[in-house]
Amino acid sequence: MHAIETRGLTKKFDALTAVKQVDLQVAQGEIFGLLGPNGAGKTTFIKMLSTLSEPTEGDARVWGHDIRREKDAVRHDIGMVFQDPAVDDRLTGRENLDFHARMYGMKKTDRISRIGEVLDLVGLTDKAGELLRNYSGGMKRRLEIARGLMHFPRVLFLDEPTLGLDPQTRYHIWEYIKGLNAQEQVTIVLTTHYMEEADELCSRIGIIDYGSILVIDTPEALKNTLGNDLLTVKAADLDALQQAFGNESWVLEVNRFDSSLVLSVQQGEEKVPLAVNTAQKHGVTLTSVSVRKPTLDDVFLHYTGKSIREEDVSEKDQIRGRMRMHGSGRR
Amino acid sequence: MKNIINIQAIYVLWLREMKRYLRAKSRIVGSLGMPFFFLLFLGTGFKNFRPGTVPPDVDYLNFVAPGILAIVLQMGSMMTGIAILWDRQFGFLKEIMVAPVSRISIVLGRTAGGMTTALFQGFLFIGVAFFVGLRIESITGVIVALCFMVLIACSFVNLGLAISSLMRDMQGFSLVMNFIMVPIFLLSGALFPVEQFPVWVRVLSYIDPLFYGVDGLRYGLIGVSKFPLWLDFSMLLLFCAFMVGLGAYLFSKVDVD
Ligand SMILES: Nc1ncnc2c1ncn2[C@@H]1O[C@H](COP(=O)(O)OP(=O)(O)OP(=O)(O)O)[C@@H](O)[C@H]1O
Ligand SMILES: [Mg+2]
Repeated sequence: MHAIETRGLTKKFDALTAVKQVDLQVAQGEIFGLLGPNGAGKTTFIKMLSTLSEPTEGDARVWGHDIRREKDAVRHDIGMVFQDPAVDDRLTGRENLDFHARMYGMKKTDRISRIGEVLDLVGLTDKAGELLRNYSGGMKRRLEIARGLMHFPRVLFLDEPTLGLDPQTRYHIWEYIKGLNAQEQVTIVLTTHYMEEADELCSRIGIIDYGSILVIDTPEALKNTLGNDLLTVKAADLDALQQAFGNESWVLEVNRFDSSLVLSVQQGEEKVPLAVNTAQKHGVTLTSVSVRKPTLDDVFLHYTGKSIREEDVSEKDQIRGRMRMHGSGRR
Repeated sequence: MKNIINIQAIYVLWLREMKRYLRAKSRIVGSLGMPFFFLLFLGTGFKNFRPGTVPPDVDYLNFVAPGILAIVLQMGSMMTGIAILWDRQFGFLKEIMVAPVSRISIVLGRTAGGMTTALFQGFLFIGVAFFVGLRIESITGVIVALCFMVLIACSFVNLGLAISSLMRDMQGFSLVMNFIMVPIFLLSGALFPVEQFPVWVRVLSYIDPLFYGVDGLRYGLIGVSKFPLWLDFSMLLLFCAFMVGLGAYLFSKVDVD
């Protein structure tokens, strides 16, 4: 049995198709990542799997339960960490966990020992008695992850678990996620638009854009499919340079960015002199040349035709992130 | 059945409401401010005012206190609606909705929580009113009043639930408070006997469910009512049953996002 299995899963909002014919299988114990830009349909996809939103078409099973007909069974087997904060900040950390445990029908002795365990797992034991309104953004997030694990779910959904958190907190949360996947053998499905996050955590990645999954594979395989090295060149006159490289047979692909061109080539190191020569021939002076292996960023660019580097995080997200940091939700 | 009525979930939803309520000290005190001043100013300012059919031995303070009690219960109960909208805004509604708990149990938990806080506020108000000069007639009267308090609270908690299920944010809700709740309270005869109104307004009063609540509370607390007790009771019970049905139905249809 797969942890998750979808067939033709589709969600339409009036004219907009937010999720389009998704066929996906996630194995037990996997950390599966959905990588996609804003509005790609990640949250909508997760909402359908967690029974909060009815699919327009298609079917899905979560831990063997049909998401349309066996909602309660699905709900029992999943843990959920929503994209936006979903805690009661007038309750303490322990009270939030206790609320959750009782909603999931846990017995008193189980509740108490499990609360201790999950608090320990996310390093919040000391803060358990504090009201959530006094937590930092990162602490709230960790508590939400702990809460998602309370009732021993089979599958844990993490919708943008580190959105808007500072790099250090993000790094810690990665450690927690890896730890709980190993210790609790819980299958994890996460969404993100941070490349390093997907690269660092996921056993497999699906790239999603405009509601469709474009490709699914391991991070390594994805990077290898590009197969080439990447040459980043900078110069004052990029227009002329772009044209010049476009006509060279050793250049497989040219991508234009604000202040640089990225060329797909084979045996990158040997192409550095060629690049310099080409530029000179066209009367352009290069200011810098560098060679690197493809990253997920490049893979993403290859499949979607656009880049989602961190600088490109939309304004909406930055505001959302900032609010989380200040622990004020959407006040 | 066990799956539909989930006692533990109902209990913890209620418990959460209690914790939140008791931690918001300013809300408790604040909610008593308006009714207290109403009582003080109307009760002492119009001390010798005997509107319409009020018996001469009942002063205005005693006449108006059950009416204000009804308003306290009405407004207190409507807070449940606001609480749901807060939960929606802060995302906590999703945490509740994604749990394997039937919508009916969620409605019951919220109703229990909302009723408890509203009734608690009602008792606080009775305490204050007693201190200012409310006379209580008899123990049976108090029990009658208690029944009416419960029915009023239950009706308006569910009205709040129903309305908040249809709303997305606070703004819409305050519109409802002002354009539905205030007329309901003014038409209920809480502040003066409805005989004072022109006929067409009186007709509106008679279809105002809170009218029967106020009348019943008056019977219980000061022993005077316009209609027989059974009529007040049946009308309010009918309204309450309708609101419970409506609240549960609309909440079960609620979309999380
Ligand atoms: N309730 C809704 N009604 C109408 N359109 C919606 C609704 N929810 C989502 N959408 C639309 O569906 C598309 C996908 O949204 P979704 O929230 O799933 O994206 P996402 O990948 O999670 O994006 P982000 O990274 O910003 O969270 C968007 O265009 C969005 O505007
Ligand atoms: Mg999203």
